[in-house]
Formats: sequence, structure tokens, C-alpha cells
Amino acid sequence: MTASEETVLKLDPEEARRVRQERLERIGRWVLPLAIMILAIWLWDRVCVWNEIPKYILPRPGVVLQTLYDDAGLLFSSLLVTLRITFLSLLLAVIGGVGLAVLFAQSKWVEMSFFPFAIVLQVTPIVAIFPLINIYVDNQTVKLLLCAWIVAFFPILSNTTLGLNSVDRNLRDLFKLNGATRWQQLRYLRLPAAMPYFLGGLKIAGGLSLIGAVVAEFVAGAQGQSSGLASRIIEAGYRLNAPRLFAALILISLAGILIFLVLSLVSHLILRRWHESALKQER
Amino acid sequence: MASGEGPMLLALRNVGKVFSNGVTALSDVDLTIREGDFLSLLGPSGCGKSTALRLIAGLSTPTSGVLDWRGSIDRSNIGFVFQEPTLLPWADVFDNVWLPLRLKGVSRAKAAPAVMEMLERVHLTGFENAVPRELSGGMKMRVSIARAMVTKPRILLMDEPFAALDEITRFKLNNDLLELWQDERFTVVFVTHSVFESVFLSNRVVVMAARPGRVHAELAIDAPYPRDEAFRTSPDYAALCREASDVLVGAINSTAGPHHDGQ
Repeated sequence: MTASEETVLKLDPEEARRVRQERLERIGRWVLPLAIMILAIWLWDRVCVWNEIPKYILPRPGVVLQTLYDDAGLLFSSLLVTLRITFLSLLLAVIGGVGLAVLFAQSKWVEMSFFPFAIVLQVTPIVAIFPLINIYVDNQTVKLLLCAWIVAFFPILSNTTLGLNSVDRNLRDLFKLNGATRWQQLRYLRLPAAMPYFLGGLKIAGGLSLIGAVVAEFVAGAQGQSSGLASRIIEAGYRLNAPRLFAALILISLAGILIFLVLSLVSHLILRRWHESALKQER
Repeated sequence: MASGEGPMLLALRNVGKVFSNGVTALSDVDLTIREGDFLSLLGPSGCGKSTALRLIAGLSTPTSGVLDWRGSIDRSNIGFVFQEPTLLPWADVFDNVWLPLRLKGVSRAKAAPAVMEMLERVHLTGFENAVPRELSGGMKMRVSIARAMVTKPRILLMDEPFAALDEITRFKLNNDLLELWQDERFTVVFVTHSVFESVFLSNRVVVMAARPGRVHAELAIDAPYPRDEAFRTSPDYAALCREASDVLVGAINSTAGPHHDGQ
């Protein structure tokens, strides 16, 4: 088989080694993580059996899967509640982050004046701010949205600001030479130039908005006001219902992975024709 | 066309430029540009040739002296080609060439004939939908020239446009630029540090010296157009190059103070 291939293409040993290496890597990229995952689940199962761990402390994987199936109605409706907050806050983060970035881009003075406050909002732990929000805001949804938004908007703001300011100097001169208005410069030059930066920020914000939503639900859920996945987790914790706790956890992390994949795909589709990051490696 | 016959288009009178860091980029520059000139600014790095070009483009204002335009000229009469192609990487070739017209409010449909004609002039017909990264360096520069010319400017300013290209591509672009210039009869100010390029292209070569940037001498290149590959290998061309080269050496030696290589 290899002999016939070599007679067809006549690869020298170095090239042949490279082709082999590439093929192995392509397969390995999928097979290895999958194998490790299966091994880990198997080990988890064995540990439970060998040590006779009761299921309210560490349930076997099969039990978790069974719970996921049995409690599907409850868990998925909670997941929907959490996802709704996640997407709404991501949307608001995009609007707020890009809006503020465009405002900052209008003048160095605006940026200098307000950027530090955005940093303050970012570095203050959301759990510490929540009690305040709880006092001032009555509406449950608004409360959660505000929390998730505070966590998610900063990467979009800071990345987009960086992008809007990273325009090639000659291109800026070209626009000036052609008498471009401020709006034209923004529309045709700075916004497209900021796109890769914005999309990078969006990928981070997607994950953060889920985290923000869950954390906000946790704090609100402790007061019995939420019906999202986080409150299912707290509830399950109180009742020592470990299988359901694990099932909820798996759902959350699957949702996070899905959000990341979707945003990566969106980013790739938008940038694939022109940006370095989306180009196939040619060598 | 012989040199120095067109009416005056622009005169720089006693133009000086001092940057805020104290560097005198230009000092006392007197220069007359005539309608239809192909004028090269030739000189070592730091002689202020790019600064002069930016002053003419209106991208920068002189510290002293005046730019005296004949008649009224606004920025739409000026085309500029940078050292790099400076294209919008996300836009295809058509949109890049359309850009100057688009900024003036010309719709895609209305701009299309002018854009397509310019693309034909720079031999890029069929590449309208390619994005810059799919093009070679020479093709990108062609797009850049088409973009500068699509508004039919009266004066085209070029800042070492072919410096980064390989020799074969540069020769080809030189020929095509001359062809375009002869057909359209616009004025060109061409910044370069290559003696051979300046002599091949121009009817006038202005040699500049550095520290401070100033005009050292002016040479008329009295060789007939059209100039083609035959001219490039002719004894006349070689003689003119030697002459220009000697003047350039004189300009470099006239620089006061210790000599530096490169910078």
C-alpha cells in the first residue's frame, strides 16, 4: 500500500514523513481528547464502584445520565431561563460595548475621561455588587440582566476601542485627502478595521455572559427568586441530590461550549476572506 | 514632450517645515511644477522629499513660505499613491477603486463605468471581485494607482510607490505608468531614491540634499517619449543616469556635519 503510493508520487523520506505526521495529527486532534474523556468517565465509574461511594456524594455517570433523562423537563426549562438571560445580556453587551467604543473613538478626551470607570466596573466582583443591585432594582429579569451585562460588556468595549484606534495611518490620510466626513471614516474605515478585534471580544463576552447569568442566579437563587439552572443546582445541593447537581452542571458547560463554537463560527465566516487569523495555513 | 513647456500649476516659494521635535525637514525650497510635468524628487533618506509631497497634498502645512496654486485646486484634484498599496483589506478590488468616488457620494452603479475603465487601464480587468490578499504586490500597487486616478485628478503624487517591488515588476509598472501619463496628460510628482527610475520616468529630476532638506539641483531629462524597454538599454539613458548620479553624489557630499549611512 505505502509502496504503491510512493511509486505514484515519489516522495523523498522527509516529505513522506511530513505527510504521515500531518495525517496522524488530523486524526489525533479528534481521537485523543475523546479517548481521554471516555477513559476519565470510565475511571469515575470505577472509583464509585471500587470505593462503594453512595450516590448522594458521587453518583456514577450512568445515574447522572439517567437523571438528565428523567428530569429533562425541569432541567431544560431552567436551562432556557438561564440562556434567555445569557443571550439578552450578550446582546446588551454588544450594543453597550460597541456604542461606548464608538463614543470613545470620537475623541481622545472622552476616552480618557470615561475608560477608567469601565475598568472599575470590570474589576469589582459582581457577587459583591449584587446586593446593591438587589436593593435598587425590583424587576427580577432586569436584575439578572444588569449583572450579566456588567461582566460581559468590558471585553467588547476594550477590544472594539483598540480596533477603532488601530487603523493604518496611510489609510487615514487617504480618507482625509478624499474629504471623508467623520461618519464616513467610521462607517467605511474604522468599523471594518475594528471587526476582528470586536469578534475576539465577542468570543470572550459570550462565555462571560453565561458565567454572569449563572452567578447572578446563584445570588438571587439563594433568596429563592430565580428559576434558572443555578437555582436548580442550589436546590439539589440542599437536598443532597448529587445526580441532578451533576446533570445541571453538564448542561451549563455544554451550553458554554455551544456558545463558544457558534461565536467562533460566526467570526470565521465574517473574517475568512481577508483576515490573517481566519486564513488556512499554507506552507 | 520636452521639459518645461506647460503653464505653471504649482509653485513652492521659500517653503520650510520644522517639526515639533526641532528637526528641520525642509528649508527654503523653491520649486515650480508645470502642467503636464513628470517631475521626480530624488534624494537620500532624510532629504524631506516625502515631507514635500505631504505638503503638496495638504496633509501637512508649511512652517514658512507658501504653496502657490494656479487657479483654485481642491483636494479632489489630487491623487496620492503611498509607498505601500494601502488598500482596504476587507474590500474587493472594485470597492477599493470605488472608494474615492463613494466618499463623494457617487453610487456603485454610477461609479461602475469609471471604476471598470480605470481597472482596464491598469490591466486588472477580471479581478474586480478579488480581495487584496489574493493579489501579488505588483497587482496591489496597480489597484492603488487605479484608486488614485479614478477621480481624474490634475496632479498625481507618488511616494516611492514601487520601492518594495521586485525589479521585473517595477519595470513593468514604470512602463504602464508612463503609458497612462501620456494618454491622460496629468501632472506627476514622483518621490524616489532610485536614480534609474527617476531618469527613466521623468522629464525633470529635482535632486534634494539632506540636513536640512533642500533642493540641490534640477536636471532636465531631454529624452523623447514614449520611452520603452529600448530606451532602458540605450546609451542615452546610461549617459543621463550617470549625469544624475553625479549630481546625487554631489548632493550627498554637500550634507553638512558627520555622514551617516542609511538613516
